[in-house]
Amino acid sequence: MSATGGDAAVLLVRARDGHRGSLGRLISRVERGGDAAAEVAVLVGPDEGDAHVVGVTGAPGAGKSSLTGHLLASLQAEGRRPAVLAIDPSSPITGGAMLGDRVRMDGVASGAFVRSMATRGHQGGLAVAVPPTLRLLAHAGHDPLIVETTGVGQVEVDIAGAADTTVLVVAPGWGDAVQANKAGLLELADVLVVNKADRPGARDARRDLELMLDLGHISGLEARSGRRPEIVMAISTTGEGAGEVVRAIDAHHAAIAASGELAARRAARRRGEVTALVERGLRARAVEVLAAGPGRALLDAVDAGAMSPAQAAAAVLREVRGGA
Amino acid sequence: MADAPRVVLAKLGLDGHDRGLKVVARILRDAGMEVIYLGLRQSPEAVAGVAEQEDADAVGISMHNASHLTLAPLMVTALRDLGLATPVVIGGIVPPDDVATLHAAGVAEVLGPGASAVEVAAAVRRAVASGRP
Repeated sequence: MSATGGDAAVLLVRARDGHRGSLGRLISRVERGGDAAAEVAVLVGPDEGDAHVVGVTGAPGAGKSSLTGHLLASLQAEGRRPAVLAIDPSSPITGGAMLGDRVRMDGVASGAFVRSMATRGHQGGLAVAVPPTLRLLAHAGHDPLIVETTGVGQVEVDIAGAADTTVLVVAPGWGDAVQANKAGLLELADVLVVNKADRPGARDARRDLELMLDLGHISGLEARSGRRPEIVMAISTTGEGAGEVVRAIDAHHAAIAASGELAARRAARRRGEVTALVERGLRARAVEVLAAGPGRALLDAVDAGAMSPAQAAAAVLREVRGGA
Repeated sequence: MADAPRVVLAKLGLDGHDRGLKVVARILRDAGMEVIYLGLRQSPEAVAGVAEQEDADAVGISMHNASHLTLAPLMVTALRDLGLATPVVIGGIVPPDDVATLHAAGVAEVLGPGASAVEVAAAVRRAVASGRP
């Protein structure tokens, strides 16, 4: 939020020339939203261009940040210009956040552009500012763009909508064959990484994932998507397997670019962003209505038992629809 | 929340006592700030580079090995060399006699071992406010 002063167009030119401070300040503007963010969005344009957006997701402690650090190092060694957007949760109580992803990355990939971002109330493993920030990073010449989600469970599937390629990181002991066949995030992964492959149970984890994919073949899911996700073993304390993950990510990108799916995913993403922004606006409007006199009266009536939550909600919705 | 201060926290050099830094990280988190935690064995240049990328509102350095008179000025210089006005807060074992020297070197706030959670958060907020135009 220290981003103050400085013309956005000038900052953007400097960011494209590789000036990190200018890029950092622009990201703060995008994150803060409002007119300053809209100004940046107009300058940056409507999409990520040729930049490949890679999502890295998985449970807390699976090794997402450590693996991402080694992915950065591998990509830099190939002469590419990756950037990372690392998301961690904001406190629902105080709004504060402990952004502790880059502490795993800086040591193995010094010099890469890494930006930490708090969810600021957004659910689903990402932050509202992720899509516009990715477009900004692409505009500044970074490719690929890696988005590391918060630690997630089964249903935080936002990343699959936000990324071209989704990498799901699991660790030994994460679950058995029943877990592996539950609906949700596992269905949406394009590359599966069994991290901590030097730990006991790594081969079991791989077998359970292979069997899950086999069942997708039998059920017809694989035929619908046209691909079987790759499984890669990795050890993110040493970086072993990181090169293989990069190769699998690139292979997926090439496959969906050739099949036309990449364009379809991006079109769906833009539509999804519209829906998300509408939802955000409606939610803000609902909060406004609830904070005003009539809204408070409805809540008091619910407290007093004079009205059911559903009745009060219906009244609030009428006000939200009718109000400007 | 949209206006939460962003604070980079780190220890410099070979000062391996990071319990205090972790406590401060938690205090600032619970005071509603966004803490970018870098932990141990950082250089002033690396911390300044992170502050630049993260568009930090303040840099907090914890020191327990009597290197504050050497490293705190280097931290301030590393930020200014990147064109950043980011305020620096020093916490840890700092003798009272050294506080004026640190202020003269451009350090915004100095917190001693007796500082309470409320004082820590207040000092960081003062530093953040001083860094804003």
